[in-house]
Amino acid sequence: MKKSYQSKEVNLTKNMIQVNYRKLSDSLLRFGFIVLLAFATTLSAQEGDPAKGKSLFNTNCAACHNLDKDMTGPKLRHIEQRLADEQGLDKEWIYAWVRNSSALIKSGDAYANDVFNRYNKTAMTAFPQLSDDDLNNILAYTAQEKAAPPTPAPGTETAGQTATTSGGVSNEIILGALAILFVLLALGLYLVNKTLRRFAEAQDIALPEETKRTPLWKAFVQNQFLMLVLAIFFLLTSAYYVYGYLMQVGVDQGYQPVQPIHFSHKIHAGDNGIDCKYCHSSARVSKTSGIPSLNVCMNCHKSIYEYNGETSVEHTKEFYDGEIQKLYAAAGWSDADQKYTGESQPVKWVRIHNLPDFVYFNHSQHVSVAGVECQTCHGPVETMEVLYQHAPLTMGWCVNCHRETNVKVKDNAYYEKIHEELSKKYGVENLTAAQMGGLECGKCHY
Amino acid sequence: MSSNKKYWKSVEELNENSSIVETLKQNEFVEEIPTDEFLGDKDTLEATSTTRRDFLKYVGFTTAAASLAACEGPVKKSIPYVVQPTEIIPGVANYYATTIADGFDFASVLVKTREGRPIKIENNTLANGNANARVNASVLGLYDSLRVQGPRKNGESVTWDEFDAETTSKLNDIAAANETIVLLTQTFASPSTSKLIAEFSEKYGNVRHVVYDAISESAALEAFQAKYGERGLANYDFSKAMTIVSVGADFLGDWQGGGFDAGYSKNRIPDHGKMSRHIQFESNMSLTGANADKRVPLTPSQQKLALAKLHSLITGKNVAVELPEAVEAAVASAASQLQKAGSKGVVITGIQDVNAQTVVFEINEALASKAFDPKTPVKTRQGNDKAVAQLVADMKAGKIGAIIMSGVNPVYTLPNAADFVEGLKQTKLSVAFSMKEDETASEVQYIAAAPHYLESWGDVELKKGHYALTQPTIRPLFDTRQFQETLLKWTGNDSSYHDYIKEAWGATILGGSSFNQALHDGIYVGNIATETEEATTSNTVEEAQEAVASNAAQALVSSAKAANGLALTLYTKTGMGDGQQANNPWLQEFPDPITRTSWDNYLTVSKADAEALGLTNIHVANGALNSNYAKVTVNGVSVTVPVIIQPGQAKGSVGLAFGYGKTKGCKSEMQVGVNAYPLYQNFSNVQDVTVEAVGGEHEFACVQLHNTLMGRGDIVKETTLEIFNTKDKAHWNAVPVVSLNHEETPVTSPEVDLWDEFDRSIGHHFNLSIDLNACTGCGACVIACHSENNVPVVGKTEVRRSRDMHWLRIDRYYSSEDSFEGDDEKKENISGLGSSLSEFGEMEHASENPQVAFQPVMCQHCNHAPCETVCPVAATSHGRQGQNHMAYNRCVGTRYCANNCPYKVRRFNWFLYNGNDEFDYHMNDDLGRMVLNPDVVVRSRGVMEKCSMCIQKTQKTILDAKRDGREIKDGEFQTACSAACGNGAMVFGDINDKDSKVAKLKEDNRMYHLLEHVGTKPNVMYQTKVRNTTEA
Repeated sequence: MKKSYQSKEVNLTKNMIQVNYRKLSDSLLRFGFIVLLAFATTLSAQEGDPAKGKSLFNTNCAACHNLDKDMTGPKLRHIEQRLADEQGLDKEWIYAWVRNSSALIKSGDAYANDVFNRYNKTAMTAFPQLSDDDLNNILAYTAQEKAAPPTPAPGTETAGQTATTSGGVSNEIILGALAILFVLLALGLYLVNKTLRRFAEAQDIALPEETKRTPLWKAFVQNQFLMLVLAIFFLLTSAYYVYGYLMQVGVDQGYQPVQPIHFSHKIHAGDNGIDCKYCHSSARVSKTSGIPSLNVCMNCHKSIYEYNGETSVEHTKEFYDGEIQKLYAAAGWSDADQKYTGESQPVKWVRIHNLPDFVYFNHSQHVSVAGVECQTCHGPVETMEVLYQHAPLTMGWCVNCHRETNVKVKDNAYYEKIHEELSKKYGVENLTAAQMGGLECGKCHY
Repeated sequence: MSSNKKYWKSVEELNENSSIVETLKQNEFVEEIPTDEFLGDKDTLEATSTTRRDFLKYVGFTTAAASLAACEGPVKKSIPYVVQPTEIIPGVANYYATTIADGFDFASVLVKTREGRPIKIENNTLANGNANARVNASVLGLYDSLRVQGPRKNGESVTWDEFDAETTSKLNDIAAANETIVLLTQTFASPSTSKLIAEFSEKYGNVRHVVYDAISESAALEAFQAKYGERGLANYDFSKAMTIVSVGADFLGDWQGGGFDAGYSKNRIPDHGKMSRHIQFESNMSLTGANADKRVPLTPSQQKLALAKLHSLITGKNVAVELPEAVEAAVASAASQLQKAGSKGVVITGIQDVNAQTVVFEINEALASKAFDPKTPVKTRQGNDKAVAQLVADMKAGKIGAIIMSGVNPVYTLPNAADFVEGLKQTKLSVAFSMKEDETASEVQYIAAAPHYLESWGDVELKKGHYALTQPTIRPLFDTRQFQETLLKWTGNDSSYHDYIKEAWGATILGGSSFNQALHDGIYVGNIATETEEATTSNTVEEAQEAVASNAAQALVSSAKAANGLALTLYTKTGMGDGQQANNPWLQEFPDPITRTSWDNYLTVSKADAEALGLTNIHVANGALNSNYAKVTVNGVSVTVPVIIQPGQAKGSVGLAFGYGKTKGCKSEMQVGVNAYPLYQNFSNVQDVTVEAVGGEHEFACVQLHNTLMGRGDIVKETTLEIFNTKDKAHWNAVPVVSLNHEETPVTSPEVDLWDEFDRSIGHHFNLSIDLNACTGCGACVIACHSENNVPVVGKTEVRRSRDMHWLRIDRYYSSEDSFEGDDEKKENISGLGSSLSEFGEMEHASENPQVAFQPVMCQHCNHAPCETVCPVAATSHGRQGQNHMAYNRCVGTRYCANNCPYKVRRFNWFLYNGNDEFDYHMNDDLGRMVLNPDVVVRSRGVMEKCSMCIQKTQKTILDAKRDGREIKDGEFQTACSAACGNGAMVFGDINDKDSKVAKLKEDNRMYHLLEHVGTKPNVMYQTKVRNTTEA
């Protein structure tokens, strides 16, 4: 099991963007890329391509090295420069170290032994396959200056704000002007009316008397038929709303509780493209998808100690880093000592998708057998910063899907006979889940 | 026109000056309303600042708030593991092989665990393990809320460190003073424990190990030891026997440790016209007697004579025996059948007498019986009566320094418990390893909290060379430590018991095989026999031989004295055994297979004796059963017990079951029945008793009141082997006919069907076949169903109201004539109303020595189900796979379905059994709820429930196959009952798979459906019972 996780991790690292890596695995990379600059072979250093170097670095080095933080091995930014300045070691030394550090240590090289001892005597994996060019590329990458954190571009933010503010002001002015205009109009009409009456009085013209008629509302009230229609209409409308209200009792579509740790599915499943079933592995074989245990989180988060992705005002880098610290506290991981303290604290997640006890739902039936995408029921999880319940999870919703979805029978020996016979019986090419018996009460209620 | 008529209700009203009339006019309620009672203390009431208006406001607010809050869903938390164990996947069950060895039940089992919780016991088919009802129920004992949660000293909690320090120093002192240290234990039959006890003895010197079986097999052990030089019980393989003669041995029950039923059932199924013949001589109606082809009721003393006679007829050694003519003929016939069967015959006896046991060995040797196997003796009984009696005497005399007990409860099980308690007070150190604060544990200085077997390590030598391992399936729930771990501590050994076993096995048992493989299988059959430590006071072979008379048969005859009063035979019930699981509600509610009575033990008497003594059974109007009490006296010790008049009980004999009447370590609901151990004097299960009626009325919880079939032969179809072999199926298993246009048409014909047939030929179509020949009525399926399907326990009073919730019941029918055919004949001959009234009345009474038939009945999953058509809300419907579905959440509880069900298998939830303090059984505390199966919903109040044909299991099998992308093989589909049935009586499967076992059984000549004439087309079928009545 563990093995597969590790290999998975390597795959993952390729996909990750802008995160720092660290890995404490015993037999992995040890210290490398110690660079030196003594010879002013700056030319050769400049020859390297930082972009290629970054890719090589992420593939080979990132499990143990970080540019700016000591991990299993030391931090590597400006390593070539630093080695040259502090130790007077040249690039050849770096080549020798990376390709076979233990030989260098055995040869009695003073600095090599010093580094080896400083980092818990963990031998660095040898990389004889890396050519001089490869190493130069990597060194070029390490020689780059630290990029400014991609904070949400402050310019845009302010601009947006100004825009809203100005929009607000102009609206108010227009509305105010319109209101004044309206008042002026009303006043004008009143004055015109008054003047005309005065003229009429002065010229003794009799104004026609207004005949008193039953007011409309009274007539309405006295009309029993209309009242009856209204009453029926009113009752039906309220019945409609009461029914609507009662039907949504217990339906928690859109339920989005605050979780003890702000876990962003957007970052994990979206930005980094981690497969859902990497963490929710029991969905393949069990009725529950399983909330991953903390040791699964730590598979990656031992090396990912900070967040370097996109941020927003609400969710800053500090905020995300704090959440990672919460994970460390829960799992009992001491980041400083790079080991487990043994004092763990299980996380009490708030459950979002709750089916009533009288419903039997099995994830593996849908995920492994039917090959249904997780998103079909759970929605666009990869875009959810905070997870919410996408589907209503009502029986009608289940049944609709069973009526519309074809059973995936291809390459499944179990279905061969039954599908052949049943599709002949129903005269269809592909059977729906309902035709296969997926609407029978006892299939979900027992 | 008005009338001046005066109306009056009482003469008193006519009296004008009556003060009472005046008072009544003024006061509507004659008695003052006791406001003080609910308003409480007047002073506090006045001092309170809450005014009436405030109070109303609060009431209004809380009501509104409560109803508003009800619309909000509760916030549910999900807490994952910090580090998930690799073998656990939430939602997927794990199975572990282990072994129960509680001193009474020994069996290899598979334990199903979900998320680390053991939830069900299943048969370990790899080890041919057959779990009986008690073993199936034992998982609930793990979650018993009355378990001792940590070590205790004189009622105070202590730590294990304190316990170790104090007991070790006391043991050292006692050893230094050279006083006796006694280990009083159950039969462990454990090679490692024996080794450990030997080491303990070596360290402390004067150590005496006494093995105590609450229900003794001492006589059989001694007889075996005398003849074969080894302390054990002869092993029997009934699958090799075609003629079985049992004299008082309930070998389908708990005789010599039980577990013989699977082999027995094999030859009960007629195969090529042949089946075994079973003759039973006994006094109580036992499970074995009920299954016999011929049963001869005999008092215990007559049994001895009959056995001696059998011996003389077979071996030719003449012994003068006087028996009634009919019995003599029966014995002669049995003897001739045995001789005819030769090596395929076997004789066994349950008479607790060394001579009787020896006689049986001699008979079996004379027959050269293949079923009789003295070479691999059963090791699961090692108790020694004499040593126990000696111990009690020594303790009373103050000769014992320390007593350490494990797995025993002598204060409850010893007939002379008072002497034992007295002796216990004179010891300097008394320790009891116990799971409960039971009768014994509450009398000792230290209670060492012991774990359940599902939390322990262990090994057992079930039979010679057959080893089994016990492994924990859950971490100890409480601060407990097993006896062996403590022995290791006392002997100064730092290793754990697991390591100790592993080492011991590696050294002596495995002979190079893998320990992990043995642990995985739960069983290891080796060639090397280990020397189990003989308890220090056990008899030597010479001593044992002395006990056996040179002419055993002659001695047997002279020991058979007719009882002065009545002869009492003490026995164990299928549900309760020796009583160590008395706090298990599943077992308490389990109806006895014979009497169908739960929650009680009782004196079984024959009808003739009951009439003579003035004892009666009363059927109450609401359908319940009541009885008188009888006072049973043995040598001045008497108990008062209720009575059940038992058809088939030998005249002049009575029976009483062990295991009831516990008073400690048992919930008050479970403290039912009467303790029979005080009558178990000298460890003899047969006692001379005087019985007198003492009146009173006892209320039983009996689940079946129709004792007999009343000639309705279409319920239990039965025939004899002779007819089965010679006549056509139409003669003995005719399909019922109905009239269509004045022509008799079989009900299976579609023309007489009310409904259209639904095509079920595609996909799976599940059927369950129940073979009435192989079913012994043992009830393992009932408990398995209970535990698989979260069936609630309802308690004695509710069972009395016929509200038991068993999804699966085993009906037991007697015949009112000597045979079921006699019943049929009698019914056929009834003519006219007068005759039918009187003769049906007579037929209600079972005959003196009736034939018995067991019939498991669960939902028949009718293809044309009457229940489905009457449900107003369509809560019950049919699936294509043949199962009758029940959607509990849809049910509104009209109970129409139950009324329309011809089989009466639907059960209504009258109460919320899992959330009502009135039902303080396992479903009402968090600990007990841990046994619930998460795949089956716990039903609520007001809904109907019934057997689902374990749809959760069939669906799981289907899903597993779908996931693997393969077809399903025959045998993969199982229900809880069919999986629990080690006798092969229940076969479950897919009849659309033409090669499956169940499809073949459906075409069998013996197949019939229950109440076939109703036309319900059930998916459960029965195989006609065939009785081998061929004499000689």
